[in-house]
Formats: sequence, C-alpha cells, structure tokens
Amino acid sequence: MATQTIAGKEVDLNEDGYLTDHTQWNEAIAKELAKEEGIELTDEHMKVLNYLREKYAEGESLSIRKVGKSGIVDIKGLYKLFPGGPLKISSRLAGIPKPQSCV
Amino acid sequence: MKKILILGGGTAGTMMANKLSKELDRSEYEITIVDKDKTHYYQPGLLFIPFGIYNKHDVIKPKANFFPRNVNVVYGDIDYIDPENNQVFMQNGRKLNYDWMVLATGTETRPEETPGLKDKLWNKKIFEFYTLEGAVALRNFFKDWQGGKMVLNIAEMPFKCPVAPLEFVFLADAYFTEIGIRDKVDITYVTPLPGAFTKPKATKMLGELMEEKNIKVVPEFYMERVDNDQQKIISYDEKEIPFDVLVSIPTNMGTDAIERSGMGDDLNFVPTDKYTLRSKNYENIFVLGDAADIPTSKAGSVAHFASDVVFENLMSALEGRELKAKFDGHANCYIETGFGQGSIIDFNYDTEPLPGTYPLPGVGPFGLLKNTKTNHYGKVMFRWIYWHILLKGKEMPLESQMSMAGKKTS
Repeated sequence: MATQTIAGKEVDLNEDGYLTDHTQWNEAIAKELAKEEGIELTDEHMKVLNYLREKYAEGESLSIRKVGKSGIVDIKGLYKLFPGGPLKISSRLAGIPKPQSCV
Repeated sequence: MKKILILGGGTAGTMMANKLSKELDRSEYEITIVDKDKTHYYQPGLLFIPFGIYNKHDVIKPKANFFPRNVNVVYGDIDYIDPENNQVFMQNGRKLNYDWMVLATGTETRPEETPGLKDKLWNKKIFEFYTLEGAVALRNFFKDWQGGKMVLNIAEMPFKCPVAPLEFVFLADAYFTEIGIRDKVDITYVTPLPGAFTKPKATKMLGELMEEKNIKVVPEFYMERVDNDQQKIISYDEKEIPFDVLVSIPTNMGTDAIERSGMGDDLNFVPTDKYTLRSKNYENIFVLGDAADIPTSKAGSVAHFASDVVFENLMSALEGRELKAKFDGHANCYIETGFGQGSIIDFNYDTEPLPGTYPLPGVGPFGLLKNTKTNHYGKVMFRWIYWHILLKGKEMPLESQMSMAGKKTS
C-alpha cells in the first residue's frame, strides 16, 4: 500500500493501484487515474463510474453482465469505454476494489 | 404439525432430506421434497462420457432410491414460490404450503443466452457436457473425429464445477494421445478469467500443466456470439477464434421458477447470507447448493459441507434459537489431469487453494495441488462414496470447516 497525491488529494492505493478507501474518491481523481489508462473521461464514462459506486455502496457484487443490463451502457459499449478489462478498469477509476471473480 | 418443504431433489436436496428425516420427530414435522425429474444424475461422471470412460448407465439411478421412506415426494415443475404467504404453486395447479423451506433448485446451463450458441451447429459441431444428452452427443462426435481445432469456451461466471473445463481439456489431451491423433488436434482453452483458474497458486500450477500438455490458454475472452457459418467465436471486444469443434460451458442460471417468484438476482441465484445460509429476505427459507448466490464454487462438495451448516441452523431456527453455525465457503475439488493422474484443491472464502496433503496433515493420502495417481484413484472411488454415503446423508470422515493443517502457506 502506498500513499500518493492525485489531483491535489492524498489517497491510499494498494499494489494493484486501486483506492483502498472509496470515500477518498472524487471526479478529479477519476480523471487522473483515467489518464494513466489512456482514457479521456466523458459523461458516458462518469455515468458508469457513478453506477458502480452506487452498487458498491449497496453491497452488491458487480459483473460485466450486470453493468450491461443496467440500462446505462450495454456490454459492447462498456468494452468501448474501458478497453481491455472493462470491469477491472472501471472499478479502479470508480475508486472501488478490484472485482473478485469467485471460483 | 409443521411442514418442511425441500425444493429440489438433486445432490443438495437429497442430502438434506436424509439428514432431516433422521433427526426430526414425525409426529411434529412433515417433510416433503419436490423435483421435476425422477432420475438422479451423478454429475461428476458426465465429464467422462465424451471419452468413453463412463457410459450413460454409470451416471444415472432413480431418485427414489435415495429419498428416505418417510418423506413425501412430489414430482413436477414448480410454477412459482409465494414467500410472503409460505406457499409454492406447481405448474399442474397443485399448491404446497410450508412453514420452513430448504431451497435447493440448483443451476442449469442456458446456451440460449449467447447468440448463435444453440443454433444450427448445436450438437453437430458445438457441444456441452453438463447434460447427459450433451455428453452422449459429444461422445458420438469424437468416435469419428479425425482431428482439427478444438476450442473450449467458458461463456460466463459463475458456472457449476469450475474445474470441469480444465479436466475436460486434460482428459481430451490424454484421449487423443491414446487414439493416436493428438498431433492432429489443436486444443485451445478460452476463458473470461485472467488465467487458467481464479486464484494465484492454483492458476500457476494449472497454467504450467496446460503448457506441459500443449494446451493453449486464451484469457480475458468474454464471448458475445458464435458465428455458425464461419465457425468462430467472437468476443465483445471483437476478438475472433475459429473452431472445428466448440465445447461450450454455457451461461449458468438458476431455475426460471426463481425468476417467476421474484426471488433471484440477474442470473436467478438467490441472495443468501454467506455464513448462516439463510435467505437474506425470508427468515424461514434456507438456501443450499448451487441455487445460492454465495461467493464460492458451485459444486457438490460445497453443497455437502454447507448441508451440515444448513442442518444445524435449521434445527436452531425450528427451536427458536440463534443461528450459530457459520459456513466458511469450504470447497474440495478433484481435478482429473489425464493418464491416470489427478490433483486436488481445498479452499474456502478466505484461503486460496494451497499445496500440502489432505485430509490428514503430512500423511494425505491425497496431495493438494500435486499431480498424483492416488488423487486419481480418489476420484474413481468417489462415485461409490457418492451413491452410498454422501447422498444418504451419512457421516463422512471429513470436517465441513476447511482446515489449515497440512497446508503449506509459504
């Protein structure tokens, strides 16, 4: 774990680069993290991040399938917004833990 | 007279019926078990059918052989559950009342969820092996197959028995070697996961085994659709993999009756407290086996270990006591690796599969995360144990809680 200053705010990140405390998150931090992933955050991205944060706060487990059924974006769209690993990347930008795939 | 209703007479429901019937006084409690199918399938055996190791008769027996005598048995399809009023409506119009329910309706494969999967190549060049029909169809295909590109794809997480697709490709490697066409068969393992398995140590061991056996692994592939004309699978991010034969692990979902009852999540799995195994929404419903949304494997071993917890907590609930038993997510899986060898993994919610010995520390006889002949014999013997001990709810010499004894952590 390391403390880092992102967008003028001190945040704690784990070894995978995920925020360890989701309450430290704000939109400016998301924008900075997005740059590291090569993504320019738009409103579309932000809607997904807010959805993820909301579901996380409600204690729900998240999956690509679930986001695809949310009405915010379909799965194809999600891959376009966050190429490579849509749920892993979007979760990181949303300041919530890396999704666990259980066995 | 209190009524206990068990929905589902598969591995989980049958074990529960046997445990409850031994314990409960029949002048106070009436037990009823419901299932749509009169046949019990030994599901770990389905994997062996495509390779001619088992045949149909090795994996089926009448369900009635395993239900205790003093339990009511209802065969039929469930229409829906009305959990507010403690009633279950059957599709034939019959109504069943209950005071307590054990929900054990399992999970099923849904190839229809993926466009093009269950289409004109279905059971011709595209197969699954989670049903007897599917496994037998694949057996018949392999009898004449001359080789080519075999692709195994996992469509969605979670799915029943997470080691089965690994075992399938290992057994395929051995089978094609034995019939002399391995050099003509290209095996590719395509998964939405980042590697061969989900947890680091097991992924490393299994990944190395894949390499040793010349099986390609394509990770992070989330299948969107199947193109039947061009014989390829296509991911959401437009990656394409061609196949001559596709072996699919289709999307798994809970039964539609759960959806009609409004009791499930987006995959019809039932929100369940992962420790007490009680429904999150209904105090008089416990959820056992694959039907639950708990974060562990959908597997018979999990249902077996969880059945001790459900039994104990249901007993407490019947007597109005606090629920004390806590499930730890314990799973124990044999992994057939081909050529008469096997491996075993043992893990729970918090501990990933580790190397070591099982069940006796330092002694075994089974080697965890090791590839041995003894492990393979364990799997062979397990069929007898399943039919004669496990389903009948008899005591097994295994603890339901996972133990760290015998495991190496460094």
